[in-house]
Order: sequence, then structure tokens, then C-alpha cells
Amino acid sequence: MDNDLSVDLQDQVQRAASAGYALAICGGGSQPQPGNPVQGETVNLTGHTGVIDYAPEELIITVRSGTPLTAISALLAQHGQMLAFEPPIFSAASTIGGAIACNRSGAARPWAGAARDSVLGCQILDGCGQRLNFGGQVMKNVAGYDVSRLMCGAHGTLGILLSVSLKVLPIPPESVTLARTCGADEAINTMNQLCGKPLPLTGAAWLDNQLHLRLGGSPESVRQAMHQLSEYDRGPDIWSAISNLQHPFFDRQAPLWRLAVTPTSGLPPVPGDWLIDWAGGQRWLSSPADANTIRQIASEAGGHAQRWHAGDGPVFQPLPAGLLALHRRLKHVFDPLGILNPGRLYAEL
Amino acid sequence: MNPASFLAELRELLPADAIVSRQSTLPAWECDGLSAMKRVPLAVVLPTAESEVQAVLRLCLRHGIPVVPRGAGTGLSGGALPHEQGIVLSLARMKSILELNPLLRTARVQPGVRNLSVSQAARPWGLYYAPDPSSQIACTIGGNVAENSGGVHCLKYGLTVHNIQSLRLVCMDGEILTLGGTSPDSAGYDLTALLTGSEGLLGIVTEVTLRLLPLPEHTRLVMAAFNSTHQAADAVSRIIAAGIIPAGLEMMDNPAIRAAEDFVHAGYPVDASAILLCEVDGAMAEVEARTSQIDSLLRDSGASHIRHAETEEQRNLLWKGRKSAFPAVGRLAPDYYCMDGSIPRRKLAEVLDGIEQLSRQYGLAVANVFHAGDGNLHPLILYDANQPGELERAESFGADILALSVAVGGSITGEHGVGLEKIDQMCLQYQADEMACFHAIKRAFDPAGLLNPGKAIPELHRCAELSAMHVHQGQVPFPGLERF
Repeated sequence: MDNDLSVDLQDQVQRAASAGYALAICGGGSQPQPGNPVQGETVNLTGHTGVIDYAPEELIITVRSGTPLTAISALLAQHGQMLAFEPPIFSAASTIGGAIACNRSGAARPWAGAARDSVLGCQILDGCGQRLNFGGQVMKNVAGYDVSRLMCGAHGTLGILLSVSLKVLPIPPESVTLARTCGADEAINTMNQLCGKPLPLTGAAWLDNQLHLRLGGSPESVRQAMHQLSEYDRGPDIWSAISNLQHPFFDRQAPLWRLAVTPTSGLPPVPGDWLIDWAGGQRWLSSPADANTIRQIASEAGGHAQRWHAGDGPVFQPLPAGLLALHRRLKHVFDPLGILNPGRLYAEL
Repeated sequence: MNPASFLAELRELLPADAIVSRQSTLPAWECDGLSAMKRVPLAVVLPTAESEVQAVLRLCLRHGIPVVPRGAGTGLSGGALPHEQGIVLSLARMKSILELNPLLRTARVQPGVRNLSVSQAARPWGLYYAPDPSSQIACTIGGNVAENSGGVHCLKYGLTVHNIQSLRLVCMDGEILTLGGTSPDSAGYDLTALLTGSEGLLGIVTEVTLRLLPLPEHTRLVMAAFNSTHQAADAVSRIIAAGIIPAGLEMMDNPAIRAAEDFVHAGYPVDASAILLCEVDGAMAEVEARTSQIDSLLRDSGASHIRHAETEEQRNLLWKGRKSAFPAVGRLAPDYYCMDGSIPRRKLAEVLDGIEQLSRQYGLAVANVFHAGDGNLHPLILYDANQPGELERAESFGADILALSVAVGGSITGEHGVGLEKIDQMCLQYQADEMACFHAIKRAFDPAGLLNPGKAIPELHRCAELSAMHVHQGQVPFPGLERF
């Protein structure tokens, strides 16, 4: 479990940099949608594992990027703690590096933050094979630019994550799911209304005409919230099935899209089925509609769409020209030769 | 660069009252909250609209004029210290709350909006803006974004970076970019995070969309006194280890307690070696249960005295003592030197011992206030600059504290920023390769290097020197100091 491959990985990147060939960075390979395909020599991070530092009273853990999420969760759980962003665990092979590189977060995203919100520091290999340290193992640190968070969601195009330091939180002692029947528009409105109240919400999702709420916290706060939400019944614990995309909703044949939108935006008239998560902010759409239509819907709702399974074409929503140019300049800072996951995010990066 | 022709063109772009260039008026902008460093700029420009910011930046780029952005000027690290050949771009007149959306729980504001006024505007909807730096009455949202400001509640509610959703950025060449959005994430890189805490080196923020939170139903503040700082540090660990995330968890040592008590008469136990202020919030039953659990943890750690603030007035008074600790300590000696180290929480007792040892070694007293919950120390070194050698001793003492913070795995700045004050200490924390990366990021946004030049990221050849923040009864100890 404790296996430091930093030196080997650094050698591999330096060899690729001197010869000028591309690298395809790979963790557990469990991401249902890692991004656009990459042609290159595989950099396998699954052997680069282990907990570098963990002191429960510190609320911080530092781990190597290839460490499986299941191992991290199990260790934290022994001390009554968890990763606040509840990363989806797509399979036993899923690694922390993959979760951070793809900025994957679970049901509590609107309240506990995204993967990027838990990141305190990281060590990376840049595209020249330099080992660089950013951020730190402390809660507050404003020295230097926040490169650690920049790595979240960069899909390995700016650096290979060697290790990350993450803020962890106590597991809520009590967790309860409530549900009631309602339509999508009413659900969107209700979720947003509830988010404005001091309730211990840790989940709000709508599917199959049911609004599901998860309450998490101390027994006292959960009990009081249940009293306030007395019109709801107890509901099934659907949360990990939704986050891990194992719910039957995801078995549909039509192409699947992930939309991140303004949480209050209404459902647009487009053929297909919706699953609404994150109190309205993350929406899964299984639809035969063409890519342009779906990108436009997402854009009009204040967000973006990612092509998930089936269908062809680029995975990510195109960037406006000015923003893309800035992305290219930043890519050049970290990977001047363009060898780290080229094309994974955009063809130009 | 021709200042006269630049100023002439500037006057064609903006109304007369948006430009200050009279030598008699300019000193009003000569420093920020770090008054030991002063410089008079070429001019101060006070735009009222994004289009004016854009036009000014384009003009500055054409003339090669440095631009130092400024909010309320409350920063403590010299981040808004003017450049003598440059302009100060004050965003203070861009102070409208453009939109408050209660259902979406967002406030879209201009950069000159004061931190506290966002919470005041949101209050009728039961919402507030969580980050609450001690300067929140005066400091602006634009400045908060530049510094990634914290506050006494950030252990539970996060820093500025956790509470903003979107920025509009005017780049040095006048290009306007929208970063982030009201969706939970955006396509491409997380540039909102990169910009937060970038100290005005990458672009000028002209609009910020803030995340608002529901006001907690109830709040209770517990104060505990201890006969040793070790016991207080132990209590902090016990509370966190018990799975409690207090809304605030602050610590003061005896010199800080005495100074604050003398200053605000909050009823602090002046004989205690340390006090903790621990705040919990939530539903009434939750607050009751947590405070009783915290009481027993505090007793187990050896608290000699525990008191609950029974009224809102008492609570505010206890916080006021903590929030005015800097000026209070400032009355103990002619000068003080304020540090902002951040350390792993478990190293608190070790670092306190180290600071005490250094205090004896240097023969200078020190008062300590901590954001104990998140390991952010503010040791205040007391000295008298009129005594030969004391200033240098205080400088060395401070440098040793920051070195100690870095040595135990911490940071040279938890929340005050690097600015110009800690530019040399950056060299303690980062190696040359990381520093080169920071410079390259800067060039990706501002290739001409005109935005807040010389701040936040040191040139590598500077790394041998150490500098520090000094306050001498409002006077300047080294007026002619040239820093780059």
C-alpha cells in the first residue's frame, strides 16, 4: 500500500520531454468519462500509493495520487471522518488522483463544496518532469498563487498529481433520507427554497417524480429538521447509487449528458429524461437531441454540458475565444512541450 | 514612458473628478494598512464603470505605466503600496450591489462594495456572506478576492475562495473575461480559484458573484480560561478530535488577554495563561448539546474557568476584545511587529514553546493571538525602535517565527497576504522552480508586468534578504526604503 514511485514517474516524464512524445495519464481507469481520448505512452499511477500523513485532529490527510478512494475512506472512517466532497467511487480501482484531476464531487456538493474546495496542497510533475509543491498541509495559506485548486478539473493537462493534501470532516453522526412526490419544476423551486434555510441538508435530488432530501448532522439537528419537514416520508438511500452512476436511471440507451447549470433554472423542453442533483445545479439528461441543442440549453441555463456516454464529438463545452487563449497560455506555463494528456480537455490544449 | 503625455491622455478618458494628480492630495493614498511603507504614486484613478477600467488599463499598457489596484486600503501586507511611476487604480467608487437573488442565494456586486454591507443587504432574506475579516466594516469585496480573506469563522464556513462563484476580470490589455458562473462548475480550468488571492497581479476584478448562506438559527459563545497555553492547545485538539467543527475557535495568551481586557473591558480573566473563545451555531437543540459537550471537553483539558455569553451584548463584547487585539497590544509597547504564520494545529504547543524561547533569546516580549481552529498565528512582537538594535532584533525574531512556521510544515502567511511585506519570506516557503512557475503564470496574464509589479512573488535574487512589518506609533521608521 505504501509505495512511492515519484522517482520512476519523474524519469518517465523527463524521457518523454526529451524525446518529445505524449503521455496519457491513467489512474484506476474507472472514470466513466475521463475526457477526450489521448494518444500517448501510458503513465500508470495506480502503483503510486499510500498515506503520507494523517493526523485526525488536524482534519488533514496527505496521500499519494494512486491511492484507492476505498482505502482512504476506510482509513478516515476508522477515525469518524470522511472526505467532505464525497467523491464518487465508480469502482474499487478509483483513485484519489482521478477524483481530483476530474474534480468529481458527490451528493453534498452544494453544502460541503466540490473536490477543489477540499484541496489544500499538492505535489505535481510538470511537463518538463520537474517536481513542484504548491499550497501546503495547513488550513490557511495565501502565499503564492493557488495552483493546487487549478489542478482540480484540469484532467492532468497541467501536471501529473503525485500527492494531494485534503481537508477532511467528521462523518455526520446521523443521516436520514426523506422523500415526497412532486414534479420537476416544483422540485427545483423547493430545493432552492430549502437551501436558503438553516437546515442540515447534505443532499437534494429529483428523479422519477420524487424529490429526495438527505439530512446529515447531529441527532439533535436532524431531529429538528425532520420536524420542520413533516410533509416528507422516509425515503430510500439513493445517494451513492446516484453519485456513482449505478442507479437504473443511468442504464438508458439514449446518449447521456451531464449539465452543470444555475440551480434555479427551469427544465428546458427537450426530449429525454432528467435526473436533478445538487439541489438543481447538476443535471443528468438522457436524450436523443443533438449536441448543439444540448450545449445551447446548458449555456442558456448559465452553465455547460459534458457528453457522458454514447454519441460522438468533443466531451466538453467549447470555450469562448479569449478564455481559450488564456487556457493555452496557462498550458504552456506548465507543459510547454504539450506532452501531458494532449487533447484530453480541448484539442488546443 | 512620458508621464505628462500619459496624464494628458488620461484626462481625455475620464471626468476630472476621477483623477487625482495634485501633489498635496496624493499622500492620502501613499500606503495601505501597513503604514510603515509609503510611496506617492504618479496619480490616483477612481473609475466608476468597467468601461473606464478597461480604457485606463489600455492606456497604461500603451504608456508602460504600472497599475496598483486598491480597495479600501485595509490590507496589512503592503499589497496596495503605490508605485512611484505608476497609478493607483482605486475601485472604491464601484460600490453597487448589482443584484441580490434570494432564491439562488447569490449577490452580484462591484469590487468596491464593503464586506459587511453584503450581509446587511442579505439579512432581510435570512442570508449572509460568511467570510468576516476583522476589518469587515471597511474592507471591500474586491480586496477580499485579491487576498483570499478569511475571518474568525472560516474553519466552518471557508475562506473567500469557497464563497465566490464568479468574477469578471479586465485584463491588462483591456480584454474582459468572465470566470466561473452560477453553475456549480464551469468548462475549462478553475480560474476563479487561481485569481482568488492573486493580490492584484493578474487582472482587475470588476464584478464578483458571492455565495450567500442562511443565517444560523442560534449562536452561542463559550469562553474558557487555562493555567497554561499547552492546556488550551490540548483543548483545541480535543474539540476537533471529538468531531465538532465550531463556528469559531480563537485563542489568546496572557499578554494579549491583559491588553484586550484593558482596552475593551470584556471581563476576560486577566490571570489566565490562555483563553479560548469557542462559538457554536445551529438549531437550538444542537447548540445546547454541543455547548454541553464542549464544556466537558474544556473541563477535561483543565480549564480553570468556563463562561457562556448569556446575551448577544456579552457575546459581541467577548468578540470585540478578540477583534481589537492588535490595537490593544499596540498600547503595550512603542512598537509591535505583527506576524501571520500558519501551522498544522497539532504543532501549536511546540510552536508556542519555540516562540517563548525566541522571546527570551531576543529579549523581546511577545503577545499571541491565534485563529486556533485553523492554526493561524498572529504573534505580536513588542519592541521600541528608539532603542538601538531593538528593531533589528524584532526583525530577526519575526523571521525566526516564520522560519519555524515553515519548518513545522506551515506557511508564512495564513491570511494577510504576501504583498511587499513578506516578499522575502516567500523564499523560505518555495523553491526556485515553483517561483519560476509563479512568474510564468503572471506573464500568461500580464506579459508587460504592469499589474502590481514587485508584489507577492519575489525575484529570485531577492531571496537572501528578510523584511518585516513595523509599526511605530503611526510614524515611519524607514521612509526612504526602496524595496525593488
